[in-house]
Amino acid sequence: MTSDFQNWLRLAILLAGCLLVSGCDEFMLFDPKGPVAEQQQWLIIVSFAIMLIVVIPVLIMSVWFPYKYRSGNTKEEYLPNWEHSNKIELVVWTVPILIITALGILTYITSHSLDPRKPIESDQPTMVVQVVAMDWKWLFIYPEYGIATVNEMAMVVDQPVEFLITSDATMNSFFIPNLGSMIYAMSGMENRLHLMASEAGTYKGMSTNYSGFGFSGMKFNAIASDKMQFDAWVTKVKDSPKVLTDDVFKALQVKSRDVKPLYFNNPNPLLFSDIIEHYTGGLNVD
Amino acid sequence: MSTNRTIVTEADPIFGRLTLDSIPFEDPIIMTTFTVVAIGGLGLVGSILYFGKLKYLWEEWFTSVDHKKIGIMYVIVAMIMLFRGFSDALLMRSQQAVAVASESGAGYLPPEHYDQIFTAHGVIMIFFVAMPLIVGLMNIVVPLQIGARDVAFPFLNSLSFWLFVSGALLMNISLFVGEFAATGWLAYPPLSGIEYSPWVGVDYWLWALQISGIGTLLTGVNFVVTILRMRAPGMTLMKMPVFTWTSFCANVLIVVAFPILTVSLTLLTLDRYIGTHFFTGDMGGNQMMYVNLIWAWGHPEVYILILPAFGVFSEITATFSRKRLFGYTSLIWATICIMLMSFVVWLHHFFTMGAGANVNAFFGVATMIISIPTGVKIFNWLFTMYKGQVEFSAPMWWTVSFFLTFTIGGMTGVMLAIPAADFVLHNSLFLVAHFHNVIIGGSLFGYFAGITYWWPKATGFTLDETLGKWACGLWTVGFFMAFMPLYILGFMGMTRRLNYYDNPVWNNWLLVAGAGALIVLCAIAVQFYQMFASIRDQKSNRDWTGDPWNARTLEWATSSPPPFYNFALLPEVRDRDHWTDMKELGLAYKRPSKYQRIHMPKNTWAGIVIGGISLVLGFAMVWWIWWLAILSGVAMLGAWIIYAFQDDKDYYVEVDQIEAIEKKHFSNLGRVGESVTEDLESDAVTISV
Amino acid sequence: MSNTNQMSPNKVGNLIMGTPRVGYTGYIEKELHHDYGGDTVFGFWIYILSDCVLFATLFAVFAVLQNNFAGTIEARDLFELDYVLAETGLLLTSSFTFGLAVLSANHKSMRGLVGWLMVTFGLGAGFLYMEINEFIHFTHEGAAAWSSGAWSAFYALIGTHGLHVFAGMLWMLVLFGLLFKEGLSENNIVRLMCLSLFWHFLDIIWICVFSFVYLMGVL
Repeated sequence: MTSDFQNWLRLAILLAGCLLVSGCDEFMLFDPKGPVAEQQQWLIIVSFAIMLIVVIPVLIMSVWFPYKYRSGNTKEEYLPNWEHSNKIELVVWTVPILIITALGILTYITSHSLDPRKPIESDQPTMVVQVVAMDWKWLFIYPEYGIATVNEMAMVVDQPVEFLITSDATMNSFFIPNLGSMIYAMSGMENRLHLMASEAGTYKGMSTNYSGFGFSGMKFNAIASDKMQFDAWVTKVKDSPKVLTDDVFKALQVKSRDVKPLYFNNPNPLLFSDIIEHYTGGLNVD
Repeated sequence: MSTNRTIVTEADPIFGRLTLDSIPFEDPIIMTTFTVVAIGGLGLVGSILYFGKLKYLWEEWFTSVDHKKIGIMYVIVAMIMLFRGFSDALLMRSQQAVAVASESGAGYLPPEHYDQIFTAHGVIMIFFVAMPLIVGLMNIVVPLQIGARDVAFPFLNSLSFWLFVSGALLMNISLFVGEFAATGWLAYPPLSGIEYSPWVGVDYWLWALQISGIGTLLTGVNFVVTILRMRAPGMTLMKMPVFTWTSFCANVLIVVAFPILTVSLTLLTLDRYIGTHFFTGDMGGNQMMYVNLIWAWGHPEVYILILPAFGVFSEITATFSRKRLFGYTSLIWATICIMLMSFVVWLHHFFTMGAGANVNAFFGVATMIISIPTGVKIFNWLFTMYKGQVEFSAPMWWTVSFFLTFTIGGMTGVMLAIPAADFVLHNSLFLVAHFHNVIIGGSLFGYFAGITYWWPKATGFTLDETLGKWACGLWTVGFFMAFMPLYILGFMGMTRRLNYYDNPVWNNWLLVAGAGALIVLCAIAVQFYQMFASIRDQKSNRDWTGDPWNARTLEWATSSPPPFYNFALLPEVRDRDHWTDMKELGLAYKRPSKYQRIHMPKNTWAGIVIGGISLVLGFAMVWWIWWLAILSGVAMLGAWIIYAFQDDKDYYVEVDQIEAIEKKHFSNLGRVGESVTEDLESDAVTISV
Repeated sequence: MSNTNQMSPNKVGNLIMGTPRVGYTGYIEKELHHDYGGDTVFGFWIYILSDCVLFATLFAVFAVLQNNFAGTIEARDLFELDYVLAETGLLLTSSFTFGLAVLSANHKSMRGLVGWLMVTFGLGAGFLYMEINEFIHFTHEGAAAWSSGAWSAFYALIGTHGLHVFAGMLWMLVLFGLLFKEGLSENNIVRLMCLSLFWHFLDIIWICVFSFVYLMGVL
């Protein structure tokens, strides 16, 4: 019995190990490269573990009860009229309530601590990146650097980034799995998302909300690097001959799929708010 | 499919937007399907005419107001639609199994086609498979379980069914004429707005759902009244069988939630047809409002689908454990809790929209609270088996498979209910795996269990047990193989609704999932064969007693299939397991000394006619054929008025007819176990192959 | 295949329910009279409940969009309370006259019933006429259903109510025909009861519309 159990335990650890360690690169959600994603990985594992307290017994009982009390088995007691037990009722209501209470507290705490709008604490100043979902590509505007890019963005390791997110077309969702939280991009609205990379690397970014025929190609690279390399990247973008004029922007609005990274200079500093206002335009709310 | 085609945006006075170009001749997949469907359809119609069965079908089925026949028709249509919806699933799985590429155009389905397929898959499976399966089961079972002669409004019941059929047909017409929506099954604006979806796809979606949705709403009203007002004497609310209870809660949810769907669809229709600004991106429209509205309907809808399945499992577990249901009272209260709570959780479908932390936390916790009564239900079923004598019939196989699958689905659901975790799991394949886990492992397995369990009641003969167990086994294995990889892919960061992807590692898991889908295909094939074989061998599977499972509730007290009036004399109920009570008191199978005449509704043409015209109305609206739309609208109203003026909607069944039918039933009781070769004398439903 | 023997394997008997009363057979020997009319009226209440949800949804939509004029003319510049009060008066009176119609039906007075129903129909028609007039006026002033979110919501809410009134009037016409055909039959009384419920319900909805849309729009 014991050795059986030990064997199973070994196998389980091995499997878990495969999932959590060796295959980490592929399991983006278990390969956090920033504080937000790290906490979310922890949250998924903890909530999973807490629920196993009730799930495992249920799974065992689901097989064990019908087997033990199978109709051919006359050795077991048979109580056809037994239909109520305060003790059992107490347990089956209390255990889920306790587990949900624990998870509820966890939910409340993490809803606040991982609120996408909450700035990440850091001794570095927060960098602002404006993000526009278009048909079907991502436009990134760096107001502090006077540059704009399509389907590629860069950030500095350990420096918090505040993404201001809107859409110039249908609803999308902005997501860099290795860094954590996603949020919707909607026209006429500005959503805020705070993320930070704690390791250098090129991470995959994507839209997770279906937005039309070119949706599958709405991917971008998020490059996290040290300040020097980031500055080099900024210079590279700045050296690009293209200026993001109104005409260029209009050309960008045309539907296109699988767009390769593009670099632009000198975007209109009001471009982002113009895009939002184009939709809300003249809206006399407030 | 609108790639190479000119999209007509101006309405012709006669044909609206409809042109010859609307038919996708260039698509081999669709044209092949069309040919097969056309030949099959012509063959079917031809053979009906050849064998002179049209009159029989019209008189006995199409115009029938008998809840049992309507229920059977619901199930038949649902099974046909399951075939279509599952074909879509196979197309999706095979596309994803081959579409590793860095650029669009991978695989064999371009996004323009693929995106319609996943939309159609979701719409069909929810609206035209799950809903009719559950409404069909309720139709067959609920009036029998409460000892009623029919539903409260038999004509409305027939109308509901035909409206549903119209919706389903309209949806299928979109496959061959025009296009279907390529927006995802809930058609979020602005994508579903006229600017981004200029052609007919979304309009098909709107009208198919609107027409069948109104049918569902009528069903809801009908069943609420039936259950509250037509129970047999002595059956208090807390003596109702659990399936009736859960159906009742589901119907209350229909009555309260479906108007929200009606409004959401109407407003989106107005946005598309007359240019209003409810959900547009500009001019003061609010796209988030649509998402809120559609999920304010959509979440209760989830419980409309699952609650009756819970009822099915309750009946089956008690019957096959040969034991009273454990914790009936707490099970009923758990159901009521779930029903009420289902209205305060809708926001968990879009935590990532950017609501504040407190709002997200509230909806997250509310969602988790629902898992408490749900968990209690599972324990109740487990303790029903405890100290019982569990018999492993096919319905019980489905039930045990449900315990295993649904528990896992529930667990992943609670993970998704934590907003901060949802921020990375939302819209991923993890989510897709989760809701298939609960809808297949919960609802669908429940309907299959219910169909197996009540099949003999509806038809008079049982389904083949061995094939049923094979079907259940294959479904279970296929399900785990098809969807566990999706959980893993979700953790790998794979998003739903991808037409292609550039990560070769994902491909391995998608191949496994594809293989799982093939196993499910085998399972469905076994199910169809099971039905075919059981109908073929019905003479040896005959249920003479009306109670093939030694079951407990009222529906088993009458013959299988029941006479059209269900019960010759109305039952008087003492216990919630009425039939067990009767058997234990030795009162079962006793023939009453005399009968009374019975008041019954007559069949009517009105349901199928009004429903049929609604299909024309829907088609005309989709294609902007205004004259036809007005004409069919007036025709529907006119048909209803003619029906209202019609006398002769009901009649009395005379005592001698009842006596003759009952005499046959009681003489059949002596034939238990007999395998007959001569034709049956039963004049109720007989199905011939 | 399951066992088809009739008796349950339970040998203890049904301990929970105890022995039945003397003469209990499990069925009732006399067919009960079923109150079909009661079913219909109750069913109609359930329908009214679902219609309430429908209007609640439209009110919610209006609440969300009511200020989104997006540069188009605003409600407070167009609403004329006097006009709307007149409309309200028509509808409220029609509810009263419908009550009188029902009273006549209770007194088996066909003439009173038809007469008061006709008055109700006329008042309903007057209400609809005023409403459509208002719509045309607003549209001319640049506040059409397609002008902006707020106006879309306005027309959806008021228009849905108007459609209900229209449906009620159609129903009255059909009822005239049925009364002509069957007189004060049991079925017709049930129909009258349902229509009466419907008409009073529309009145209540209109009072909500008046307060939330017009009064608060002007304030």
